[in-house]
Amino acid sequence: MPLTPKAAIKEVQDISSLAAKIFISAFKRPLYLKDVLTQMDVIGVGSLAVIILTGFFTGAVLTLQTSKTLSTFGAIGFTGQLVAVSLVRELGPVLASLMVAGRVGSGIASELGSMLVTEQINAMRALGTDPIKKLVVPRVVATTTMLPILTVVADAVGVIGGLFVAVFVLHISSNLYLNSAWDALNYMDVVGGLLKPLVFGATLSIVGCHCGLRTHGGTQGVGRSTTQAVVASSILILVFNLILTRIILAYTQ
Amino acid sequence: MTSEYVLEMKNVVKYYGDEPVLDGVSFKVFRGETKIIIGASGSGKSTILKLIMGLDRPDEGEILVEGQEITRMKESDLVAVRGKIGMVFQESALFDSLSVRENVAYQLYEIGVDEDEIESKVRETLGFVGLEDAIDKMPSELSGGMKRRVALARALIGHPDIMLYDEPTAGLDPITSRRINELIIALRDIKGVTGVFVTHRLRDAFTLATQYASNGGPTTTYHREGATLCIANTRFLLLRDGKIIFEGPDELLRRSEDPYIKRFLA
Ligand SMILES: Nc1ncnc2c1ncn2[C@@H]1O[C@H](COP(=O)(O)OP(=O)(O)OP(=O)(O)O)[C@@H](O)[C@H]1O
Ligand SMILES: [Mg+2]
Repeated sequence: MPLTPKAAIKEVQDISSLAAKIFISAFKRPLYLKDVLTQMDVIGVGSLAVIILTGFFTGAVLTLQTSKTLSTFGAIGFTGQLVAVSLVRELGPVLASLMVAGRVGSGIASELGSMLVTEQINAMRALGTDPIKKLVVPRVVATTTMLPILTVVADAVGVIGGLFVAVFVLHISSNLYLNSAWDALNYMDVVGGLLKPLVFGATLSIVGCHCGLRTHGGTQGVGRSTTQAVVASSILILVFNLILTRIILAYTQ
Repeated sequence: MTSEYVLEMKNVVKYYGDEPVLDGVSFKVFRGETKIIIGASGSGKSTILKLIMGLDRPDEGEILVEGQEITRMKESDLVAVRGKIGMVFQESALFDSLSVRENVAYQLYEIGVDEDEIESKVRETLGFVGLEDAIDKMPSELSGGMKRRVALARALIGHPDIMLYDEPTAGLDPITSRRINELIIALRDIKGVTGVFVTHRLRDAFTLATQYASNGGPTTTYHREGATLCIANTRFLLLRDGKIIFEGPDELLRRSEDPYIKRFLA
């Protein structure tokens, strides 16, 4: 499907109206609490392994690169600081969200898409359930709450990954690395580092639901929706990251 | 105001893309009647059922369910209307993440019926379709015919006044389809359920139109209409390219001189 300006605007409209519907439904009865918990388990606990691996290797490689640059200035002692700041401000939120977009956003789109093409969504409506409340809200709520937690995990594991490299490869003392890492973080880093995954989580889950629910063209359409969900939400995450970074930096002294 | 008609379509037009799928469809279904919709593949039969259920909206015309106009109703108000109607989807549309028990119980969970009552009702309804043994299975473990019967049970559990059947017997062996036909006949004749039955299996259609059920004590017996009795609660509707080209009882359909109808029945 070619992305004409008109189609793009329609898309933005559709996603915004879905977001508004989700917001309104989230505060109306019935609340499907059990479905929210199931989704939290699937999305949060299910993504843990991917997040830990991502965090560890990112932290490790970041430490290698940073120390290389810093050593040319004779400032290798600042490695911990730079790694922690990069992880908490940027790489943790963005990489965790991109990984979750790949894993969860695609999962949501393909699940809802196949439910749509097999008429399960119509069957649900026929039995008196609003699919937005039953299917969409639990997924969006679960992703939006779990992604900040997963990001904290990614940040922490990233620092540990960096610590491994610092101690075993660079032979920096673990105290120096950890102290400089800890001291570098200020209040706005933490706020920003949590706000970002909150926004990204809402974005990727809403885009996933949107792509799933407008699937057409049978099983082939499900594959298409899944791809679109991952591509669109990844790009949106990167764009929103730039905007949010600008805003957060404006509030940072 | 209560209408004597349970379902009514007035000049319904529905487009998918540029093609009209339904082009001015009007018909009425009175209480206790079963309307059999026949027509070639792609003639718009499933579309009619979806419109009655409010799952999709027509481009023109009105649809009345128990006298209530539903085409401009808000989605949240449609829930009450849908509560009166049970629908068996063409491809069963069972929730594949839920077990047979949870599928059948779905509507009761939504209303908030208590666990013990749900369990007994699920067993009773599955018994009605002869599938009590499959209660703990997942839909992926069932055959097509079993899925169809679970879908029937799921639609029946709330005791709807109106049932919409979308090809409930397509692709089934004669014994299973006979079983499903008998269930539908029993619902019509014993429980007085109003129905719309979509099929392109003419044998099943004529079975419905020529047999009736009566309740002699604990068992239901099925009879064939004969010289003394003629079934008046089952009528045919033949759809061709989005238009109704025949409406009436089976006797008239069989005697029709229209070349398309003759070819269709041959
Ligand atoms: N969601 C949709 N989007 C686009 N076209 C559709 C859609 N649903 C149905 N159609 C088209 O509408 C026409 C009628 O479809 P419908 O499913 O009502 O046919 P049917 O009479 O039930 O056929 P069958 O006997 O094969 O089930 C078909 O040509 C189909 O391609
Ligand atoms: Mg059909």
